[in-house]
Amino acid sequence: MTARVEVVVAERGVDVAFEVAEGETVALLGPNGAGKSTTLAVLGGLLRPDAGRVVLDDTVLTSCGPTGPPRWVAPHARRTALLAQDPLLFPHLSVLENVAFGPRSTGSGRREARAAAEHWLAEVDAGELADRRPAQLSGGQAQRVAVARALAAEPRLLLLDEPMAALDVAVAPALRTLLRRVLADRTTVIVTHHVLDALLLADRVVVIDGGRVVEQGTTGDVLARPRSAFAARFAGLNLVAGDATHDGVRRPDGVTVHGTPGDPPPVEGAAAVAVFRPSAVAVHREPPGGSPRNALPVVVTELEPLGDLVRVRAGDLAADVTVASVAELGLVPGAAVTFVVKATEVDVYSR
Amino acid sequence: MARTRHVGLPRWLFAPALLAGVFVVLPVASMATRIAWGEFPTLVTSEAAGSALVLSLKTSTASTLLCLLFGIPLAAVLARSEARWLGVLRSLVLLPLVLPPVVGGIALLSTFGRQGLLGEHLETLGIRIAFSSIAVVLAQTFVSLPFLVVSLEGALRTAGERYDVVAASLGARPTTVLRRVTLPLVLPGLASGAVLAFARSLGEFGATITFAGSLEGTTRTLPLLIYNLRVTDADAAVAMSLVLVVVAVLVIGLVRPRGAL
Repeated sequence: MTARVEVVVAERGVDVAFEVAEGETVALLGPNGAGKSTTLAVLGGLLRPDAGRVVLDDTVLTSCGPTGPPRWVAPHARRTALLAQDPLLFPHLSVLENVAFGPRSTGSGRREARAAAEHWLAEVDAGELADRRPAQLSGGQAQRVAVARALAAEPRLLLLDEPMAALDVAVAPALRTLLRRVLADRTTVIVTHHVLDALLLADRVVVIDGGRVVEQGTTGDVLARPRSAFAARFAGLNLVAGDATHDGVRRPDGVTVHGTPGDPPPVEGAAAVAVFRPSAVAVHREPPGGSPRNALPVVVTELEPLGDLVRVRAGDLAADVTVASVAELGLVPGAAVTFVVKATEVDVYSR
Repeated sequence: MARTRHVGLPRWLFAPALLAGVFVVLPVASMATRIAWGEFPTLVTSEAAGSALVLSLKTSTASTLLCLLFGIPLAAVLARSEARWLGVLRSLVLLPLVLPPVVGGIALLSTFGRQGLLGEHLETLGIRIAFSSIAVVLAQTFVSLPFLVVSLEGALRTAGERYDVVAASLGARPTTVLRRVTLPLVLPGLASGAVLAFARSLGEFGATITFAGSLEGTTRTLPLLIYNLRVTDADAAVAMSLVLVVVAVLVIGLVRPRGAL
């Protein structure tokens, strides 16, 4: 199944378009309120966009606005199963009946639906839970069963809305592994805030910010060479955007970050980005000398623990330093310091 | 077992609370002291008493079924639809709750009576509703419907639409969603609404006597019989009142689901 999506919802300031290829998992990334859930709701038929189309293979599921004759397929007829962060198992049905709900609703006989439910429960390693009530399940078990229930409905397009967000950090990895297995050949759109979800589950990512697609590409590309501020933050990288110079990027405020232009190098004067890892950044109290280094004056905004290091944030930029350095430099929010990064550590490429 | 201690209530609150409870229970209990227990068996097993009790149970059951048949759809529409005019309808449905039942009876009479808006036409078809057992059922349904609708609509709103959305995304048609998800989830609210409607029907008096009259065996339900006996045979009236109290207590005590109502 290939899906083509164009969505305009004026009220929420959303105007996005992207495609999902057959068997592909696409992750929608973006800050809260960017329009990800709105897009998912339009795909599932829960929201009628002001304009746009949703086309699954050759079937037009949604079409409104100036894009052609209006068309609307009801949510139940779309075969776009939805899995939200809350498992929402029907509390009055057993686990087996929950999973059999999809097949039963789409015309399968009792025995057939039961067999399908047993198959999918086994597929998610939850066969032994069949006779339990949802209230007797842990959060991780419930979400496992919810996955089986969604798959048992044999959706043409699977919609996942932050499926791991409500789970304990201890059980999320197991579910992620499970999803990686069952999503392998399935056409899926997943909304997530977690970089591991994108890395392990998604073939491609679509970054939405302020209701627009700001970047899309294969997961590896986008996370390694982000072009948008959100994707960089998501990948844990520093990104400085501006105009290309012969060996770097000049920010709108005039500060230039020197780096190593990629291949092909950006055209001088064109929009470009300079990207570097927080671990490549050294923090100094006073601006140091030495030409191959970039010195960026910043004000520390927050500190957060990161393994045995501390991530020092200063607006959009971050530096990873040792706990000892934090104490030695007296780093506290509000402190004026200089972030120093070698030009060889900075990748420069066009936006 | 250790009990969770909630934030304590102010002590003085218990006095008026107790008073309220006594205010409800005492009159009912006093009635029991007024009963001529020696004649009680004969009084409550008289032919008139038996036929009134049977009629009351039959008509109340019928009106409860009518309330379910039409009240469930109405509650679902009120709870789920977003049309603006529904706000007006929601207020109008509550009307029987605040109207004096006798006014309800007059309203029904002007609709289904022989010269009524619809009754006139039904009359030409040979159908006469007023002063029949059907009139009793209609009067009871009229006053009981809001109990079911209000109770069910509240339950539907509390349950929300999240499960409905999931069910639809799994391929369930709207009818399947209603039957297998929406209604089962609000079963406690539905049951308590039905019990309230039945209890209200059982006690219906004003609308019934106005619209259906008081004909023994046809329209004289238990409350109407008691009202009649009050003048002619006070002992029998008190005895029958106790029967009605027992039936009402049974209905509320046995049928009501745990934790609901």
